[in-house]
Amino acid sequence: MEAKLKIAGESIFSELEKLLPFVNKPVQYVGGELNSVRKEWDEAIVRWCLMYPDAYEVGLPNQGVQILYEVLNEQPDILAERTYAVWQDLEQLMRENQVEQFTVDSHRRVSDFDFFGISFSTELGYTNLLTALDLARIPMHAKARSEEHPIVIAGGHAAFNPEPIAQFIDAAVLGDGEEVVLAISAVAKEHKNEGSPGGREELLRRLAVSGNVYVPNFYDVQYFEDGRIKKVNPNKPGIPYRVSKHTLMDLDNWPYPKAPLVPLAETVHERASVEIFRGCTRGCRFCQAGMITRPVRERSITTVATVVENMIKTSGFDEVGLLSLSSADHSEIAEITKGLADKYEGTSTSLSLPSTRVDAFNIDLANELSRNGRRSGLTFAPEGGSERIRKVINKMVTEEDLIRTITTAYANGWRQVKLYFMCGLPTETDEDVLQIAKMAGEVIRQGRKAAGRKDIRTTVSIGGFVPKPHTPFQWAAQLSWQETDRRLMKLKDQIKSDRECGKAIGFRYHDGRPGIIEGLLSRGDRRVGEVIEEVWRRGQRFDGWHEHFSYDLWEEVSNQVLAKYGIDLNWFTTRERSFEEVLPWDHLDSGLDRGWLWQDWQDAVNEAEVEDCRWTACYDCGVCPTMGTDIQIGPTGVKTLPLSVV
Amino acid sequence: MANNPPDRNTLPAVQKIRIRYTKLGRLKFSSHRDFQRALERAIRRANIPIAYSAGFSPHPKISYANAAPTGCASEAEYIEIGLVREVDPLAVKEELNKALPEGLQIADAVTGKTSSLVERLEASLWEIQISPIKLEVLQKAVSCLWESEAVEVERVTKQGLRKFDARGSILGIRARGLPDDPECAILEVVVRAGSPTVRPDDVLSALKSAGGLALTVPPLVTRRAQGNITENVFQLLDPFAPDRE
Repeated sequence: MEAKLKIAGESIFSELEKLLPFVNKPVQYVGGELNSVRKEWDEAIVRWCLMYPDAYEVGLPNQGVQILYEVLNEQPDILAERTYAVWQDLEQLMRENQVEQFTVDSHRRVSDFDFFGISFSTELGYTNLLTALDLARIPMHAKARSEEHPIVIAGGHAAFNPEPIAQFIDAAVLGDGEEVVLAISAVAKEHKNEGSPGGREELLRRLAVSGNVYVPNFYDVQYFEDGRIKKVNPNKPGIPYRVSKHTLMDLDNWPYPKAPLVPLAETVHERASVEIFRGCTRGCRFCQAGMITRPVRERSITTVATVVENMIKTSGFDEVGLLSLSSADHSEIAEITKGLADKYEGTSTSLSLPSTRVDAFNIDLANELSRNGRRSGLTFAPEGGSERIRKVINKMVTEEDLIRTITTAYANGWRQVKLYFMCGLPTETDEDVLQIAKMAGEVIRQGRKAAGRKDIRTTVSIGGFVPKPHTPFQWAAQLSWQETDRRLMKLKDQIKSDRECGKAIGFRYHDGRPGIIEGLLSRGDRRVGEVIEEVWRRGQRFDGWHEHFSYDLWEEVSNQVLAKYGIDLNWFTTRERSFEEVLPWDHLDSGLDRGWLWQDWQDAVNEAEVEDCRWTACYDCGVCPTMGTDIQIGPTGVKTLPLSVV
Repeated sequence: MANNPPDRNTLPAVQKIRIRYTKLGRLKFSSHRDFQRALERAIRRANIPIAYSAGFSPHPKISYANAAPTGCASEAEYIEIGLVREVDPLAVKEELNKALPEGLQIADAVTGKTSSLVERLEASLWEIQISPIKLEVLQKAVSCLWESEAVEVERVTKQGLRKFDARGSILGIRARGLPDDPECAILEVVVRAGSPTVRPDDVLSALKSAGGLALTVPPLVTRRAQGNITENVFQLLDPFAPDRE
């Protein structure tokens, strides 16, 4: 075939269409979702392609991408489209037929856009980034890109340590994206209007000097002989030593999503999701999300009601999810759930609180949630089996409270309760893990008494703990997968050996191996990028999918690639770090004071708990003063939700 | 229409509305299940007073018939919905079209007054656009197929590989060229509904095994009509005709 002249922004759907009859679930590649936006290419000055680096069914419901998509497209001179990871059947056909990575909105080439923004909720999307870059014919290494290529920007929680993908991205942004995508667009627009002086290098420099955008190429990393990092320094004048995260301070001014995307294809979450607050100060030491999204900022009851109303009206969803890191902690959660349940009475609209702490849960709340819809199962996350280990992780729930809450649920008609735990927490012993079996048995025994019937069930779901950057456990040694699996099997036997209750207890576990690779990618540095590239070259994709993940390949490649630096997979995972060691993400500022994090790590080892600063004195974690932020919680005193005009 | 649908569990259906809808453009790649979800959401958004089945897990009363395969476009897909109060079918069409995505649209709606709609969806007229191809090559393959008494084809189904005769269900088949594109030809085929349903790709498999037809590019397939057979086999009867009387 002769080469056709490419026109920027043209649709390549006719080429893609020929491949779709041969792939699984082709609807995921055609777009056309309700509330999706198609804009004229020439109307926009700044053009963004947003990616969630996983399959469409997982990526489409992602709140971050949907919010930025809407925020950007509301601007008259900005255009935003979406792309997702294509499955291997289509990837192969695209290669054979020279079809490039495309957006699902208008089927434009990703390579035509000014910015290619990727939202990493987890590190397991890194290999999918490489597939997308390769299919888009964007050079994999930032240093090899030139003027015609998009600026590749990473965001999302994993971007708080973007060092493993530093060579593949041009920039990274930490924290809330709503304001910063507009700020970046404004810088790009000005630069374009000036005639793009100095090209992409100058644009990146302007973004970097603002202190809002991390440009890895403007920083050099030096290492000690033993493999540890010596220092990380800017290599250009005017580039700041540290880059700060972004914090959106007034959620009521940003009532997104206003019109959620409603896909034709089946996706993992089919509901209208409304974020009721951002941030969490419960202080669970394993929880990266809770640490990096501080401080707590509540959305008011009236804004929540407005967002819910807009979303139901524009989507036709029959379930509303009230999202946050711990939804029952909203200071006015009772008023919100009662108000919504009243308002949607008789419309078969159900409410759900996907994250509920045991100690914030109560039956009145649960009854409100199930009033208009199905009574779904309840899920709680005690995380640790023994009271001792819950002190270590600062998940302050007593066994008594936990069992009381669950038995009340059984007494009120719930039949199934799921319990989430982690294995491999710092200082953990076999005894801590086996305590889970005792707890589950007690839940069933007391639940049977309370419910007056025998057919109640509980499921213990457990996976390996992965230490994360910007948490007190960032210095901790990760438990080896062999030891994790041994403890899990011991627990399984213990549960089964309970003759009285064992049959009423389900046991689901994730083996320890994937967690080790997640650990490598979470706390890795720039050298890990070579591992990612090599496993990708050997065919690794979709690391978050059990059936596509190969631990053996990752282990083999890690040890091969890292050998020249005198380090290996274990060095990044099962090795405890000292206070003095420079961590790969120390130059990236999540607002948390390093000294406070260390103190909290020491408190963990000493089994000392800290309270939630929403309700007690400040513990000087550092976020509020350094970020110029403050906790925002109710009660506001507003008791009723506004009624819609009929 | 009412802003709040009535309580779904109490009211019986008092009206049946029969609907013809289209599946065109990029949404031809939606599966039957994809359409079901889109329709149910559109019904909620449009506040159509749909009836629900009784029982522990109530479902909206919607009957689906003979859905076109994923990847095939259609101008003639049929469903029937039950409503808890009488509504003008044209209002249902208008409201649903506002709530449905581009590509999936209601083309016609009537109140069902007569017996089974499914019985009137006796046959389908498919139009298959093939390119690149010479018309003579296609015509020759069509003659070979037409003259065969039976042509066995294979298809992988959920139950595994299935073998069946495709020829017996083909009531008419003809090919024509396109005046402005000598490399392109149109195949029209009328297939009787039944079990197993002979689909357009089965017809193409039959053309391959009976007439040696090999395609390099997937053809564009569109269902033009469904209905009862008349003397002119390519002219199917409008299945809504008895309801309109």
